Amino acid sequence: MNKDKIILEVEDISVSFRMYDKGLSKHDLTVIKKLNVTVHEGEILAIVGASGSGKSVLAHAVLGILPSNASVGGEIRYCGKQLTNSLRKEKVGSEIIMIPQSVTYLDPLMKAGKQVRGLKGTKQQLEEAFRRYGLDKSAEKKYPFQLSGGMARRVLISTAVISDAKLILADEPTPGLSEDMAAETMRHFRELADQGCGILMITHDIEAALKAADTIAVFYDGETIDCCTADDFRQGRDALKHPYTKALWSALPENGFLSADASELMKGAL
Amino acid sequence: MTDSAKHDEILLSCQNVSFRYHKGPWILRNINLDIRRHERLGLIGPSGYGKSTLSRLLAGYDSPTEGEILWKGKKLPQKGFCPVQMIYQHPEKALDPRWKLKRSVSEGWQPDEELLKRLNINSKLWFSRYPNELSGGELQRFCVARVLAPDTEFIIADEMSTMLDAITQAQIWNVLLDEVKKRDLGLLVITHNNSLAEKLCTRIVDLRDINGAF
Repeated sequence: MNKDKIILEVEDISVSFRMYDKGLSKHDLTVIKKLNVTVHEGEILAIVGASGSGKSVLAHAVLGILPSNASVGGEIRYCGKQLTNSLRKEKVGSEIIMIPQSVTYLDPLMKAGKQVRGLKGTKQQLEEAFRRYGLDKSAEKKYPFQLSGGMARRVLISTAVISDAKLILADEPTPGLSEDMAAETMRHFRELADQGCGILMITHDIEAALKAADTIAVFYDGETIDCCTADDFRQGRDALKHPYTKALWSALPENGFLSADASELMKGAL
Repeated sequence: MTDSAKHDEILLSCQNVSFRYHKGPWILRNINLDIRRHERLGLIGPSGYGKSTLSRLLAGYDSPTEGEILWKGKKLPQKGFCPVQMIYQHPEKALDPRWKLKRSVSEGWQPDEELLKRLNINSKLWFSRYPNELSGGELQRFCVARVLAPDTEFIIADEMSTMLDAITQAQIWNVLLDEVKKRDLGLLVITHNNSLAEKLCTRIVDLRDINGAF
């Protein structure tokens, strides 16, 4: 990881949605209060946290694909420059790539191979990506509904890794994948990072994340509550500081499967 | 039936089940599998080997091309409430995008406040929203509440917790396991997470060992 070169810097960002109640009365719903994350060159940052804590919304805010009723505050910088809509137009899709959370992001009317190649990918790159992710050649000719959940997920990952991305935003890349395949994805991410790519990975799969990530940021209710190194997590509960992070560790099936009341924990922390 | 016999009863049974779409390649071939009431069966195997297809057959959403699936020795009822209920891998695909969540959650039965509370469903805030206004983990809780109707006797959980954070995963599974034990329901768990399978299940079957198609 190159600490001098910051690829993505998100500073005090907030996001709220305008919701309609009845007729014309409306209210603002704040989903992100104050989030801070930094991704350096060659770094894999894993973001973990409760569902609904604004992880995906953050990724969408960086890409500028939030729905029109959203308003964003704070600052997002890409390689030192403020990420404006015109800069986005230039970089998103070529240097900034997203692996979306839901397999419904695949175009239902386009064959998988064509989607992976996109506009610039070559046949060779496609074949290499498919081989790497254990997808059969016949999958190229299949439509998304003909793929299983795990296969569709691998198609989504392939679309991102065949580009020359400098920043990959991976929103839950591993659900539906077998442990071997998840581990292979993490190895590939590590390789891409070592070549100078910055990766922001949103995940619930802490086990997989720990295989590759350098840093782990913990989100809760729209705020960054903790940021620790992956080593802290590997060492176990005692190396972690924040009560929510500790509870997250204890809730893993291999560490006791304890369900804690998250809101109680947060009260204790404040 | 005595209590112990009931406890040991075979709920779902696959008898030489094979499946393919139209004239396509076989996805499942000659599957034989009995699932008893008292056990919590884990089904594992790589992606694309037919785990989800088998669960769709077991829940009656598709019919096997060959062979039979029996529910307590008979065919699954075609009308009325299906005793086998399924929780899907992708909650955003399982809920009607044009229905507010209040309508979705009360489609089959009316879950009581106590259950909603245990699942950490914020009914005041979330009931009036559409599915795209909630996160994947929040939607999945609704799917769990939906299937826990009083007439449900068997639950198939197809990768239901991969979209959830570890604390929510533990929380929802603990609620579901409580209900399964309390009401003596059958449970089939499909997962890629080996430590989760070991934690939850009393028996684990690898689809590669029983599926003749691969």
